[in-house]
Amino acid sequence: MKQMKCECGHVNPTGTVLCEECGKPIEGNQHIDGNDRQELLNMRYDGSARRSQTYNRTVVDKIWNFFSSVKVGVWLIVITVIASGIGTIFPQEMYIPSNVDPAIHYRDEFGILGQIYYQLGFHNLFSSWWYMLLLAMIGISIVIASIDRFFPLYKVLKKQKPKRHEAFMKKQRVFGKTENAQIDVERFKSNLKKQRFKVTEQDGHILAEKNRFSRWGPYVNHIGLIIFLIGALLRFVPAFYIDEFVWVREGETTVIPGTDSQYYIENLDFILETYDQNDERFQEAIQNSGGLVPKNFQTDAIIYERSEEALPGAESELQVVKEDSARMNHPIKFGEFALYQSSYQLNEFDEMTFKIHDAGDEDTNYGEFTVDLNDPQTEYQLEGGYRVVIEDYFPEYELSDGVPSSISKYPKNPAFVFNVYPPDASEPETSFLGIGSNIPANENNEYKLGLVNFDVRDVTGLSVKKDHTLGIISLGGAIFMIGVIQGMYWNHRRIWLQPKKDGVWIAGHTNKNWFALRREIEKAVDGTNIEEPVDQYEMKS
Amino acid sequence: MKESTFKKKRKRLFFRTFMLLFMAGLVAFAIISSLNEEDAVIAKGEKAPNFQLNKFGTDEPVTLRSLEGKGVMLNFWATYCEPCKDEMPYMEEMYAEYKDKGVEILAINLDSTNIVVERFLDDYGITFPILRDKKGQVMDLYQIGPIPTSIFISPEGEIVEQVKGELTLNKLEGYLQQITPE
Amino acid sequence: MGDLVSISSNLLYASFIIYLIATFFFGGTIRDKQKGRSRVAGKIGIGITIVGFLSQVGYFITRWMASGHAPVSNLFEYTTFFGMMLVFAFIILYFIYRLDFLGLFALPVALLLIAFASMFPTELSPLVPSLKSHWLYIHVTTASLGQGILSVSFVAGLIFLIRQVDQTKRSKHTSWLEFVLYVIVATVAFIILSSTFSALNYEATFEAPVNGQQGEVTYELPALVGPAGGELTTEGVMAPLFSAPGWMEGQDAAKKLNTFLWSIVGGLVLYGLLRLILRKRLAASIQPLLKRVNPELVDEVAYRSVAIGFPVFTLGALIFAMIWAQQAWDRFWGWDPKEVWALITFFFYAAYLHLRLSRGWQGMKSAWLAVGGFGIIMFNLIVVNLVISGLHSYA
Repeated sequence: MKQMKCECGHVNPTGTVLCEECGKPIEGNQHIDGNDRQELLNMRYDGSARRSQTYNRTVVDKIWNFFSSVKVGVWLIVITVIASGIGTIFPQEMYIPSNVDPAIHYRDEFGILGQIYYQLGFHNLFSSWWYMLLLAMIGISIVIASIDRFFPLYKVLKKQKPKRHEAFMKKQRVFGKTENAQIDVERFKSNLKKQRFKVTEQDGHILAEKNRFSRWGPYVNHIGLIIFLIGALLRFVPAFYIDEFVWVREGETTVIPGTDSQYYIENLDFILETYDQNDERFQEAIQNSGGLVPKNFQTDAIIYERSEEALPGAESELQVVKEDSARMNHPIKFGEFALYQSSYQLNEFDEMTFKIHDAGDEDTNYGEFTVDLNDPQTEYQLEGGYRVVIEDYFPEYELSDGVPSSISKYPKNPAFVFNVYPPDASEPETSFLGIGSNIPANENNEYKLGLVNFDVRDVTGLSVKKDHTLGIISLGGAIFMIGVIQGMYWNHRRIWLQPKKDGVWIAGHTNKNWFALRREIEKAVDGTNIEEPVDQYEMKS
Repeated sequence: MKESTFKKKRKRLFFRTFMLLFMAGLVAFAIISSLNEEDAVIAKGEKAPNFQLNKFGTDEPVTLRSLEGKGVMLNFWATYCEPCKDEMPYMEEMYAEYKDKGVEILAINLDSTNIVVERFLDDYGITFPILRDKKGQVMDLYQIGPIPTSIFISPEGEIVEQVKGELTLNKLEGYLQQITPE
Repeated sequence: MGDLVSISSNLLYASFIIYLIATFFFGGTIRDKQKGRSRVAGKIGIGITIVGFLSQVGYFITRWMASGHAPVSNLFEYTTFFGMMLVFAFIILYFIYRLDFLGLFALPVALLLIAFASMFPTELSPLVPSLKSHWLYIHVTTASLGQGILSVSFVAGLIFLIRQVDQTKRSKHTSWLEFVLYVIVATVAFIILSSTFSALNYEATFEAPVNGQQGEVTYELPALVGPAGGELTTEGVMAPLFSAPGWMEGQDAAKKLNTFLWSIVGGLVLYGLLRLILRKRLAASIQPLLKRVNPELVDEVAYRSVAIGFPVFTLGALIFAMIWAQQAWDRFWGWDPKEVWALITFFFYAAYLHLRLSRGWQGMKSAWLAVGGFGIIMFNLIVVNLVISGLHSYA
């Protein structure tokens, strides 16, 4: 590996395989690109001196070279692919029901394999540290491999000269000698120009080149990927990314979490529509799926903003920001936030109407009263002189250790302890009333309470998102696509012509699609007396 | 010639080391943040954000800032939460003692109906101030997850401690001592 | 409405027949020694293919009109569309390289896909709210076009392997190649069995526990394997030979296992028959037909279709998918099995390109990778939908 002055006079940097200007294979460096074992030259990086192949002394260099290797990169991809595949065998933790213990769920649902899967941590593979590390290593490999290859390649393509060394010409895949004194070089050049080649000349040597920018495609798409990954990384910074969730009951106004109490939402109505079962078109499919196919989930809501000065918690004036509907594929957007329709609960109790009747006769009626389950009064004065006091209220009733209690503040299973004061009595009659139970405290109770009517309302579940990384991520995606298209849909092609005593040599190179290159050469030599070159590549099977 | 090669190598080594360290830093940041994501709570040592809530059953507002100079314990609770109810008597006991030493207890209730709170206060005979956070604004402000959660604030208005889950009498007293003004 | 649906299915049927005819014309180009006549056959072949393609476009449009949404929303519709995109990709590559034998292999693969698709419920299905978005059309059609183009690379890779693998002695290459051909034969067997028994209106119903509750499972093929703890209630049909293991308690898990077993057995029978008739490996019997094929050119076609298909696939299956997922589910990426397998496909072809461009994997290695890539695409289409469920599981 010596820094060498080529016979053409150019001084190449250490590790160069083919002279930057004339392309002469530099002795002693041919093993780097494997040219010593092949008939043809490896033109992947045009024989430029890739640093990673050259310096390997310090630890830093060793790490650098490790990541620079495409082989390592492909292995990282292979490991990621295998791990990802395993990660889809059983559902990830986020897709199993949230009310079960994952350890038990995986064992019961998927047997011993499920248990192993859980214990090895595959149930949370995609947020595990080692999976993230794998992706990060791919990212690092992309950065380093690109830096290592782009700059030398850029330099060598910039420095190349039309005048090439004979060995370079002969060892090109497409190569041909023509012995003929009547060669029409001008026609050759104009043929090339017609095919949009850029033609340069040096002492009668010709280089025709087109679409060099296609060689930068891989580096452009790698930059896109890196920007994409950085965008994903920024999601860990709260200033860039907020992901919250809120339940809102119909008619209720509540603060939108994650907005520093600045925004509020009122749920006007939650709508769940299903397809008409008699719809002629879909009848069969609807029947096959059991009758109910949802058509629309929608929350009609008003978004409010708190007036600036008020402290959090203080009753403050709310100003309407907008009235809008959140549907699937149609979030409500306000400020830097967006609300997505993502869940719902139907038919939560809202109001209940009771009547007082004789313990023995349900048809009697001594008066009715309606309890707002979200804000019950302590006392209800009935028309007939009866008075009902709510002694105890359990929004979501549950008997725990023999003691009645509530497990939440939401009236999902309301139960009451009522004290009924008849008009003439001073001592109340106490009874317990819940869904499916009506228990008098005393067997001698004269009166009973009965449920006459109830109202329900729906609850909508909205996710709250603020995402400033989307711009960065989209930019990364766009640059990636540009890079991929640039690299894949165009081909870098070069055709060299060398004048000889009694004829010419021509050689051609492309980074892909040799078939098309040969067709272009065919057109270029048309009418010039130059013989079509041959493809020297022989496929080994 | 040799001199310049040497310089080049130095420059390259520096560049490579910098790039590797930079990328390793980013990766470490990502992995650490992903592991810490769950307990995103308001941090110790930070200034407790101000708020204003009405005392339960009245229109009398209380702001946190007005209590500066006193140690403040915030207790987020609700009647449907058993451990919350269990620690209430301890707080009642301590309140009698620490009130005069310049410590205020604010129990922030998260229920939605008045009646359940009323009945509870009657039952337990609570005398320290109960605040209502009906819209959950203060809960959101302090990023409270499961309840009970207690936050101890120094007389200077700094968060000294955040305790998730039920307090024992001993622990409660220890924390209250920490926030007692000198 | 009913008219449109029947017009639509007739057009699909027609295109199937037309592709079949075109395949025979492409077949004619191979044997024919006279260059002139084979060129005519090729021209007729591609002409007929285009007619078939247009007919299938007609199917697509009429079905869209009938249902009110682009017909890419269930497994039948998607797989049919995939077949159509494969034909489209073949037409594009035909006009770049003018290779007749490519049609001889690409069209049968498309035919298999379309036939396979029609084994699934074909009725019009309504769209659930999350699918109601223009991105449904954009994402699914682009992704499918990408997969179609990538599949041409499989076709070319297969041609390359059949042409190049040394058939004089048994090797890993010959065994794997036979395996690939066997899978194709098993698919044919599956189609023959399913359509035969559905023409006979065969049904065998079981009472069996489904997800912990007693339920009914109806088989459309004779039961080789019954549901775990199931009891046959239909009379006069074959009793199952054995029961599925207890952990297979999903809705149709045992039924799917049964269908799978039938395909394997049917495939073995069909493959065995072919071997008996031909008296040599399937690939060895096809090899002489491909003598005139230039392997370098086929290799280039395989690579070219990856080069064209990879960006299209990335755009459709990852980027457009992310935009849509951001709108519908408020996150652009959710590690849903289908998404993960799209990512795996992306990684796989990225590795293909790196190995080829940077490490010089050409010819045989590259052809095997192309076959593997198609395997991943089909895995994502079939196994992920039918076995691993997720947000995308249709049907």
